[in-house]
Amino acid sequence: MAHVDRQTWDVVVVGAGGAGLRAAIEAREAGMRTAVICKSLFGKAHTVMAEGGIAASMGNANEHDTWQVHFRDTLRGGKFLNHWRMAELHAREAPDRVWELETWGALFDRTPDGRISQRNFGGHEYPRLAHVGDRTGLELIRTLQQKIVSLQQEDQRVSGSYEEGLKVFQECTVTRVLKTGGKVSGVFAYDRESGRFFVLEAPAVVLATGGIGKSFKVTSNSWEYTGDGHALALLAGAPLINMEFVQFHPTGMVWPPSVKGILVTESVRGDGGVLRNSDGKRFMFDYVPDVFKEKYAETEAEGDRWYDDPDRNRRPPELLPRDEVARAINAEVKAGRGSPHGGVFLDVSTRMPAEVIKRRLPSMHHQFKELADVDITAEPMEVGPTCHYVMGGVEVDPDTAAATGVPGLFAAGEVAGGMHGSNRLGGNSLSDLLVFGRRAGLYAAEYVTALHARPPAEARDIDAAEAEALRPFSAEETGGPAENPYALHQELQQAMNDLVGIIRREEEMAEALSRLAALRVRAHRAGVEGHRQYNPGWHLALDLRNMLLVSECVARAALTRTESRGGHTRDDYPEMDRRWRNVNLVCELADGPDGGGDPDPARGRIRLTRRETPPIRRDLLELFEQDELVKYLTDEELSR
Amino acid sequence: MSERQAEQRPGGSYPAHFRVWRGDADGGELRDYEVEVHEGEVVLDIIHRLQATQAPDLAVRWNCKAGKCGSCSAEINGRPRLMCMTRMSVFTRAETVTVTPMRTFPVLRDLVTDVSFNYTKAREIPAFVPPADLGPGEYRMRQEDVNRSQEFRKCIECFLCQNTCHVVRDHEENKDAFAGPRFLMRIAELDMHPLDAAPALGLDRRRTAQDGHGLGYCNITKCCTEVCPEHIKITDNALIPLKERAADRKYDPLVWLGNKIRRRTE
Amino acid sequence: MATGIEPAPQSGPTGVRDASRAAIPARHLRTDRWWLAPAGTAAGLLAFVVYSTWRAFANADYYHAPYVSPFYSPCLAANCHPMRGGPNWEVFGSWWGLSPALLILIFPLGFRLTCYYYRKAYYRGFWASPPACAVAEPHRRYTGETRFPLILQNVHRYFFYFAVLVAGVLTYDTVLTFRDDHYRWGHMGLGSLVFLANIVLIWAYTLSCHSCRHIVGGRLRHFSKHPVRYRLWGWVSTLNARHMQLAWASLISVAVADFYVFLLAGGAFEDPRFF
Repeated sequence: MAHVDRQTWDVVVVGAGGAGLRAAIEAREAGMRTAVICKSLFGKAHTVMAEGGIAASMGNANEHDTWQVHFRDTLRGGKFLNHWRMAELHAREAPDRVWELETWGALFDRTPDGRISQRNFGGHEYPRLAHVGDRTGLELIRTLQQKIVSLQQEDQRVSGSYEEGLKVFQECTVTRVLKTGGKVSGVFAYDRESGRFFVLEAPAVVLATGGIGKSFKVTSNSWEYTGDGHALALLAGAPLINMEFVQFHPTGMVWPPSVKGILVTESVRGDGGVLRNSDGKRFMFDYVPDVFKEKYAETEAEGDRWYDDPDRNRRPPELLPRDEVARAINAEVKAGRGSPHGGVFLDVSTRMPAEVIKRRLPSMHHQFKELADVDITAEPMEVGPTCHYVMGGVEVDPDTAAATGVPGLFAAGEVAGGMHGSNRLGGNSLSDLLVFGRRAGLYAAEYVTALHARPPAEARDIDAAEAEALRPFSAEETGGPAENPYALHQELQQAMNDLVGIIRREEEMAEALSRLAALRVRAHRAGVEGHRQYNPGWHLALDLRNMLLVSECVARAALTRTESRGGHTRDDYPEMDRRWRNVNLVCELADGPDGGGDPDPARGRIRLTRRETPPIRRDLLELFEQDELVKYLTDEELSR
Repeated sequence: MSERQAEQRPGGSYPAHFRVWRGDADGGELRDYEVEVHEGEVVLDIIHRLQATQAPDLAVRWNCKAGKCGSCSAEINGRPRLMCMTRMSVFTRAETVTVTPMRTFPVLRDLVTDVSFNYTKAREIPAFVPPADLGPGEYRMRQEDVNRSQEFRKCIECFLCQNTCHVVRDHEENKDAFAGPRFLMRIAELDMHPLDAAPALGLDRRRTAQDGHGLGYCNITKCCTEVCPEHIKITDNALIPLKERAADRKYDPLVWLGNKIRRRTE
Repeated sequence: MATGIEPAPQSGPTGVRDASRAAIPARHLRTDRWWLAPAGTAAGLLAFVVYSTWRAFANADYYHAPYVSPFYSPCLAANCHPMRGGPNWEVFGSWWGLSPALLILIFPLGFRLTCYYYRKAYYRGFWASPPACAVAEPHRRYTGETRFPLILQNVHRYFFYFAVLVAGVLTYDTVLTFRDDHYRWGHMGLGSLVFLANIVLIWAYTLSCHSCRHIVGGRLRHFSKHPVRYRLWGWVSTLNARHMQLAWASLISVAVADFYVFLLAGGAFEDPRFF
């Protein structure tokens, strides 16, 4: 089509968060002409919201820390569902990825001898998180952003143009990954500002679009988190795994309503904050599950001693993995021991002097002061669970980050699945972005280099993508009244929050699926006013497709997994079941990637299959004690 | 006004009067809206309610809604602010709340402006130069040596300082020569970085701040500091120290002489 | 121009009314009393200028043993009132016929004129450049401190060196106030307290200066290698955060000290003596 602008690049990265930028840097350094497309302005990605730190076993705070310990913690946190190879690569490479940031100008907080300071976090045996106060994500994004600028400055010195080898297309949205002859040939996108469509032809596309939180009502995620990459992968024919595992961060703000869900960093607990119910009791001591019994303090006194003497005391149960803490808070509130606004109390004011709080948790202090009129140095915060992260995502090859079944498609960061198993540890996200972002960029470059001929994007596909993107402007013609995309979005969020939320039941999830089907029919008629120039209603109408696809994956997989594990808690199956340990639920588009131009919206669009995961390598298993393994592994696995 | 106040609803909600600038590069106007406000809300919530109920195509840029990303910069009752960090409780219920786009950058549509000026300036600041003799993992820096630059790295790039700075706000023609507070602060950050090896490359950040990035345009009237949502002391801790450092290089004969002598003895 | 980029002359409306910007005719949309601060600043500074000009040119009523007005100290001409043990140094000899205050006031005046706080105050208050944040300034062109004469603001640190000397002399003057009017030591009056308050504020203002902060430690790249200077820098930084308040307080206190001497010298009342 003549009127859709086409450009040619070597590698296209969708998303400019930590993983996307790291991939772009790697691809560009491998000599690829690299384009980054992001929905927001450059440097605003959701990664800036990450507060606590980057987990990496550098051993600066405790010399006993090694990649093996980090690996072990990660597997425990994920309840042994993690892809062991990803967890291994992640633990091995994280320190290098952090150190590399320093050479690009990052300024982490320091130890007294001048090395990178590391802090405690839930589920990590040693202080492991490299951090900058409680704004580590901002530091990460800014460092990567500035590294990209420095590469552009290099290009400018050579070619005269900043954007010759590395260009950021900001405020643009990709609606389709294009394929030709089964291989990736580029992306179809629109410019949010002008509404113009364009195609970036490239043989390799790296998805780094983050998560899906905006399908839920109470979430710490920004509007960008509409599951775009998950949906793009599905539509391109790549499967998703582990979609039932959604992490509810235990501590989100609960009051006032307009900020409900905004994150309260885990560092509050890592630095000494405690959770109390309305009776003033530190209730977490009642919620230590069997698998963690030996590793957590049994008395408040022991827990308090741990902060100063971690070698001879056990950590307080406030630092259990996130899924445990979130469930505990949920149970306390349900039992009527919640705070006035339906949360519990998180208190640092009685634990640390005001000066220390302001120095170590500056942005929390600021956030509560400005948004809730609460001075956290003088009174407790009210917190409750908030949808925070999706463990599930595109199934990828652990070493190369290549998506299954679609040559040329790569995925890294939150959009990729497998790394975190059923539950992610705090701090493992930022390191995940860096480790696998780099690998995605590297292997995308390798893939392009090895390619003999580049598949051209086909006009037919571009036409179809354009027609799909324009449909909201002619919604009335599709029969029935046009639907308001904002209303649809709110209903979707409500349904997911109520029916596929932190605690799940079979009937509710079945109900969710039927509501999703009804919403899908109505979303087909989502209509918008005005024109294409910076039209948020239109943007939302297009995002609805992705949120509906992803929500269906979550609901279907959650309905099928009849156990409770990590970020998936079933009221009707409250126990972890070892027989599910090595089973992944795989979501694929039911009508195939190319057959479903415009299928009946009432039909479910996702086909779910079970897949057994590869056995954990022997030497990695040997990192655990046998009596721990018996709690997780099937008898069959143990006998191997 | 009193009528509206009388119209109190249960749950502390009330109808508020908003004036929002609607338009694009070809022109526009302040348009009036009546919109419901609930307890604890911020201006961005109200703008979203307008979008969802009355003006679905109202363009607004936003992201985290927690004051961390710096996307929702605008001017509220004439003051540059983040919409997500401006609580409705700072206004009286009878007050009209006027929301306009930032007035220093070209407008695109409604509350969205073209902030590419800032990205252009960012590219003109020479990047961090890693020391040649240190590999990854070998960096040793003391906390007291990184404190100053860390303060500047709190910047969320909301560009409110760039927007409020009269050097470019009131003088379009200065945009070429002046990098603005955010990027002069970036120079200060790098110049105070304990391991920046720019001097080894012959790059003098102090001199270029004055010669290439328009430090001299700053007349330290402190509006950048006043509007900074991160409460960074841009003027006192970045711009004035940078001016003093530039003075070391360019306007201080004693320092000049000292350097001359030291170079000779070395 | 220092930046080497000569701004293109603009035709038509510029600034917030530039054609590319959101079409809003108002110069600003602020609803608060934004004019209060610049108006107050201008009024305060103006009052001091009027007072100090009158007193500096008066060449009278500036000495009443043991007090010398800070406006006239040190006294560098031959036509000074003789002050026993006081700051008389006839550097300028007898040819100087005007008020000796003019010789010395240049230094504190220059110090305050190039001070980073006062610059803000008078750029806003007198020049309206800008009058307040996000309120359009009335000027068509603006080059800031890039060219003569405002480029001279960069000499602030030299005035700081002189200001330290002057503050030293005023400290000496304050010590001299612990005499009685027969120059005997070990006495104290209300004036001593006035002088004491003034000299504390003068020192606090002088040491809180941004140039001082830079010289003491700000210019260092590695604080960790200079622990003493780092500590000094920390103290100066604490003071520096109050630079505005100290600027006003010391401005008022110096005028009060002068006025106190003026009243004593004119015989308005007797200095209450404590011992």
